[in-house]
Amino acid sequence: MSAPAAPLPEAYADARQRDVANHLGMWAFLATEILFFGGLFLAYFIYRSTYPAAFAAGSRTLNFWRGTFNTAVLLGSSLSMALGDAYIKQGRRRALQVCLATTAVLGAVFLAVKASEYHEMYAKHLLPGRGFEAGAAPGLQLFVLLYFTMTGLHAFHMLVGLGLMAWLLRQNRRGRFTPARHAPIEMFGLYWHFVDCVWVFLYPLLYLIPR
Amino acid sequence: MPESAATFRRLYTTFGALIGLLVVTAAVSSLPSGWWSTPLSLLIATAKAALIFTIFMRLRDQPALVRIFALVGFFWLAIMLTLAAADYFTRFWPA
Amino acid sequence: MSSAVPAPPDQPSYLGAETTVASWLGTRDHKRIALLYLFTITGFFVLGAVAAALMRWQLAVPSADLVTSDTYNRLFTLHGVVMVWFFLIPSIPTVLGNFLLPLMIGARDVAFPKLNLASWYIFVVGGLLALYAIVVGGVDTGWTFYTPYSSTYANGHVMVMAAGIFVAGFSSIATGLNFIVTVHKLRAPGMRWFRLPLFVWAIYATSVIMVLATPVLAITLLLMGLERVCGIGIFDPRIGGDPLLFQHLFWFYSHPAVYIMILPAMGVMSEIITCFARKRIFGYPVMAFSILSIAGLGFLVWGHHMFVSSQSVYAGVVFSFLSFLVSVPSAIKVFNWIGTLYRGSITLATPLLYALGFLALFTIGGLTGLFLATLAVDVHLHDTYFVIAHFHYIMVGGGVMAYIGGIHYWWPKISGRMYPERWAAFAAVTIFVGFNLTFFPQFLLGYLGMPRRYQIYPAEFHTLNVVSSLGAVVLAVGYLLPLFYLPRSFFRGPLAGPNPWKATGLEWQTPSPPPPENFGETPVVTGPPYDYPPL
Repeated sequence: MSAPAAPLPEAYADARQRDVANHLGMWAFLATEILFFGGLFLAYFIYRSTYPAAFAAGSRTLNFWRGTFNTAVLLGSSLSMALGDAYIKQGRRRALQVCLATTAVLGAVFLAVKASEYHEMYAKHLLPGRGFEAGAAPGLQLFVLLYFTMTGLHAFHMLVGLGLMAWLLRQNRRGRFTPARHAPIEMFGLYWHFVDCVWVFLYPLLYLIPR
Repeated sequence: MPESAATFRRLYTTFGALIGLLVVTAAVSSLPSGWWSTPLSLLIATAKAALIFTIFMRLRDQPALVRIFALVGFFWLAIMLTLAAADYFTRFWPA
Repeated sequence: MSSAVPAPPDQPSYLGAETTVASWLGTRDHKRIALLYLFTITGFFVLGAVAAALMRWQLAVPSADLVTSDTYNRLFTLHGVVMVWFFLIPSIPTVLGNFLLPLMIGARDVAFPKLNLASWYIFVVGGLLALYAIVVGGVDTGWTFYTPYSSTYANGHVMVMAAGIFVAGFSSIATGLNFIVTVHKLRAPGMRWFRLPLFVWAIYATSVIMVLATPVLAITLLLMGLERVCGIGIFDPRIGGDPLLFQHLFWFYSHPAVYIMILPAMGVMSEIITCFARKRIFGYPVMAFSILSIAGLGFLVWGHHMFVSSQSVYAGVVFSFLSFLVSVPSAIKVFNWIGTLYRGSITLATPLLYALGFLALFTIGGLTGLFLATLAVDVHLHDTYFVIAHFHYIMVGGGVMAYIGGIHYWWPKISGRMYPERWAAFAAVTIFVGFNLTFFPQFLLGYLGMPRRYQIYPAEFHTLNVVSSLGAVVLAVGYLLPLFYLPRSFFRGPLAGPNPWKATGLEWQTPSPPPPENFGETPVVTGPPYDYPPL
């Protein structure tokens, strides 16, 4: 632990205080994300209560296996991110590099599968709008709209995550992270795990609506 | 907090539990459904999220204040859902 | 106020430390960031005021044709959007909050100084988008953007305006997040929660609202924008959607937003009143809990904007009851301010004039809010000028008065110099008179049935509208005066010294203007706030 800690911004008395402040700040940001996605969950909640049959039918149009596979992929990416965070606390930069790369690859796999699902919806005339399959039950198009909006917003967050991971990979290769200063890894980890949690709720709500 | 072998073990175990819960929720969805299906799948999702929050996001090691910050968003979301539901569920009531 | 020259400072203040443009645009100093915001939001205030002036000019004659009806719609939308998001919501938090929060708690800066600077740039980007939307023709949906008009039928630049507000929201969130962590983690030794000045409590509660409510506005605008761009969306009745869902989501943010606008003003009030009554605040713990209650209860009342929207009557009853509840802590605060003034040693300086004006106008605004919270009465008053008068009494009679009063109160700390007291007092009285002339007739107009957002009206409402428009002229004069004498005093006013008001509070224990790092050494707090000697 001989690497120097990051110079403290003048307001902080010690590193521990800054560390807690970082966590508080990050969690406050994640609270905003809960409310941001929350608006969509409200819409889902209201419309599913209003159109239960149409929502169940909508759930059948999704690909159960790809959804389940994707959930496992994201859970795996959370594991690799958590491992990476643990490794850098031990100073093992190469292990962190592998973990970051794994997380990024798994994230990319998720997005690729998502893209294939979107394409499948397009092929089945299930894109909302003028091309939507005629004679659909009221509420089915609402389900599909919510599906695309919720998973689309989630996918956007994952894309941002991939971009940040590219930056972290580069920083780590330059030796910027040490056991004493690795806040970006820890803070990014919180973000990534949170995005995973959003999916953990999206999965049953979208893919597993009971008949 | 010095990382030890126990930490890594805990991470792998948690991952195993998460996958296990995923298998359960996927399997249950193939059973004939009932009033309990959605509450159960949401309960399982909550359990997964709780594991991710406490273990992967290290909430179990954080001061109480951090844990409050982590949970306050859900509480506020509950307010939004409850009061909005008060409108939607009473619009045509009594039917 | 004396113009004695103090001993030459042994270190430059935050104003003099570096003077290049780059040092201002790249600053991490919360005090400089406060001034950057001050400059920006003043510009937006002028823009919003010009729109209001044009509206009042149009309304001076029943069937005027100063502007077309379409232009009038764009004017009131501009006025609402600019005044709410680009003036009032930032005003006290980003100017006074940024400047004072670290000083009041004995810290060197906020928790995340770089994020603080970023929040200003984000605000500027949002503001430029909104300005662009206005310049290329504007929006005619009203600041409330109700669907399906905004998402389907409106022919203005809704997307760009919504984008500007969306971006500005991130500035709000960043500021709120910064302040919350600052108050939790950077208080000086001995500065326990119940020793904090009430201004800090107010900023803290405001920040919590900013962080929890603003994201909902973001998703709402995003969904409205998606519906507009894709031609289909979740608010569209043609596919079973509910336009009212937009209103639920919009008001879930926008009602707490009004508490973002008033809570900091209440914080300013407590600071000014204690100083100019030379007395401890009456009922400090209750005041702090009232601030928290207002913030919390404020999230439970949004449906009172939707009583006549086809929302369920039962939900309306619940929201009506909760709206009555939220008035209680506000009323408690008014009583406690009066209790603080009672038997105090009063100095009628300009900040106190603004505070007294606040007491009168906020009380009227608050009481008329109860009329509107009463479901059956609101059926008649909804979308009339009564509503407009109500919220202007609170936001302008309360919020803006407190903001300007606070600017005057802390002007010596911010600039190191005093403003001209007689001009300032004259401006304060002019604003008070002008405000009442402008907005009191609007209560009557609303009660008599004049709808809001109309650019023409039946001849029977002519006299009251003329009074209101003339009042607006007086009000404008009152607002213009500080725009002249404050900048002048910044450069040429008499030097103020560290504590011209002899107030308590850590911000007064450091030179005026403060040095960049605020305090020579970290202060240690040993007593309660407002520790004025007993009279």
